[in-house]
Amino acid sequence: MLTLLAWRNLWRNRSRSFITMASVWCAVVLAVALSSLQKGVFDHLIANVVSFYSGYVQVHHAGYQSEQTLENSFPLTDSVRQAVLSAPGVVHATPRLEAFALVSTGEKTRGCMVAGIEPDGEDRVTHLKSKLVAGAFLHERSTGVLLAEGLAKRLRVGPGDTVVLLGQGYYGSTAAGKYAVEGLLRFGSPALNDQVVFLALATAQHWLDAPDLVTTLVVSPRKPAETESVAAGLRRTLPADFETLSWQEMMPDIREHIQTDTASSAIIKAVLYLLIAFGIFATLLMMLAERQREFGMLVALGMKKIQLARVVLFETIFITITGCLVGIAVSIPLVWWLKEHPIRFSGETAEVYERFGFEAVFPAALSPSIFVNQAVAVFIVGVLLSFYPVIKVLSINPVEAMRS
Amino acid sequence: MKKTVIDIHNVSKVYNPDTIPVHAVNNVHLHFEQGEFTALVGPSGSGKTTLLNIIGGLDAPTQGSVIINGTDITHLSANALIRFRLHHIGFVFQSYNLVPVLTARENVEFIMLLQGVSKAGRERRVRELMAAVGLSDKMDVRPAQLSGGQQQRVAVARALASKPQFILADEPTANLDSHSAANLLDMMAQLNRDEGMTFIFSTHDARVIERAGRVITLVDGSIASDTARVETGV
Repeated sequence: MLTLLAWRNLWRNRSRSFITMASVWCAVVLAVALSSLQKGVFDHLIANVVSFYSGYVQVHHAGYQSEQTLENSFPLTDSVRQAVLSAPGVVHATPRLEAFALVSTGEKTRGCMVAGIEPDGEDRVTHLKSKLVAGAFLHERSTGVLLAEGLAKRLRVGPGDTVVLLGQGYYGSTAAGKYAVEGLLRFGSPALNDQVVFLALATAQHWLDAPDLVTTLVVSPRKPAETESVAAGLRRTLPADFETLSWQEMMPDIREHIQTDTASSAIIKAVLYLLIAFGIFATLLMMLAERQREFGMLVALGMKKIQLARVVLFETIFITITGCLVGIAVSIPLVWWLKEHPIRFSGETAEVYERFGFEAVFPAALSPSIFVNQAVAVFIVGVLLSFYPVIKVLSINPVEAMRS
Repeated sequence: MKKTVIDIHNVSKVYNPDTIPVHAVNNVHLHFEQGEFTALVGPSGSGKTTLLNIIGGLDAPTQGSVIINGTDITHLSANALIRFRLHHIGFVFQSYNLVPVLTARENVEFIMLLQGVSKAGRERRVRELMAAVGLSDKMDVRPAQLSGGQQQRVAVARALASKPQFILADEPTANLDSHSAANLLDMMAQLNRDEGMTFIFSTHDARVIERAGRVITLVDGSIASDTARVETGV
């Protein structure tokens, strides 16, 4: 009957209970939407920059990260490749020979980053083939190049046209070559879209006069979340003349951006929780004031204070749980819609984002943990607040309460 | 010889003893026997409600003892007092007597539920008590849909539900019209006569005083008179 009493008490002032529940579910919806958008944006950013080019983990010759020259390349032997592939958590690994160069056609010249790749291996690790928007993908013996779409636009070339690559080869030699454009790739990240050129690894080694050398082994972990553990495993496995870096170490600016954004959204969520806490607390205070006499009467009749406290606790928990469940029910379709119809900025706002290398698209992530975490956080706020009336009830003096 | 239900020895209650002391009850000696129908009367501030609260274990005396059926309740802990009230004392208050979200039946049943009475036992007793107070047809009605007199009748049924040794009623007729007050008093008098239930009222109401078998008058916290009547309304 205590539960029944709590349930009926909830509805003795319907509007107030509805308003309190509405404030709880609004908080859950806002917190879920905020977290989903944030996670969606980070996932999108990582997918754009990390999984479509850099990969989650890279293995280099020691010192390459700080001085990215061919002098810091290494010969890709079967034993090195095998050591990487057999490290715990590693699913794939593909080599690259990367160099900075000039790409030109006719009167137009642009700086670019050239990557010699094993086309099939690269596609397994970074799904490069899915980025192809025109022409054909490379194969092992290709002698042509793939251009990022933005770079191709600037050079005004397309599949079938010819470009010249000019760079510095191994031992300081001049590397120059003329290559047919075989296809165009579209990257979400504007930074990549404006500067990347791909060749088959053998073609790149020939162009740079660096036979059998590679600068990078791009490694795919089983799950993105295992990035750090895979990197740590490789550091333990490989000799000291190799360096292993996770994407967070390779791109500290992105990591810092995520950390800063996470911290600022945590503050926003804290403010949101605080506002909700005030709303629930106001309801509890009103409830306490209205029912003082009733509480006093019940204790006078012989109801234990702990039983009365349990009733009050049930009431708060009912309100909070109902609010949380409604909040989850409302936020699922909302987040799904935001995932399917991501927010896209255009104009100057988009340019600002693109200047920093981010695509101005903000999809939401539909992750069960977000719904559960936000609902649990709001629920905890409700339960913590309910301790106030519980303490008040436990210290009630029935005579004074009935006199109030 | 009738059994003594309540023994009050030298009870005093002083509020604000360290600042401006207010002597609400002064050296009161009383005893109540089973089946008494007693009215505590006196002007406002004379200490009626304070004495009633002390007898009911709702307030602790500054000095003295209150012995109910051999138990000195002034030495009980707060939790033991709550348990004692639940099993031994019935209360009827002036107003705000019932839980508004429970029906009449549930209000009466609630006390027995706290006592741990079985469902069958509760249902049987609720039917008996609601019939005794003449509200068998209002069992599933909430307090807001009952008149003031009917609410007080349900409160009496609830007070009796725990099978207490006595019932303390603090101005039970104060908010009732004459007809409802008379009905309520008739019903309590009948319970007193038929079941030997002990009633102690604090009241200003002449209608209650007229029906009381014993009238104790308090003035400034002390007993000014204690009169037993030969003919009562009981």
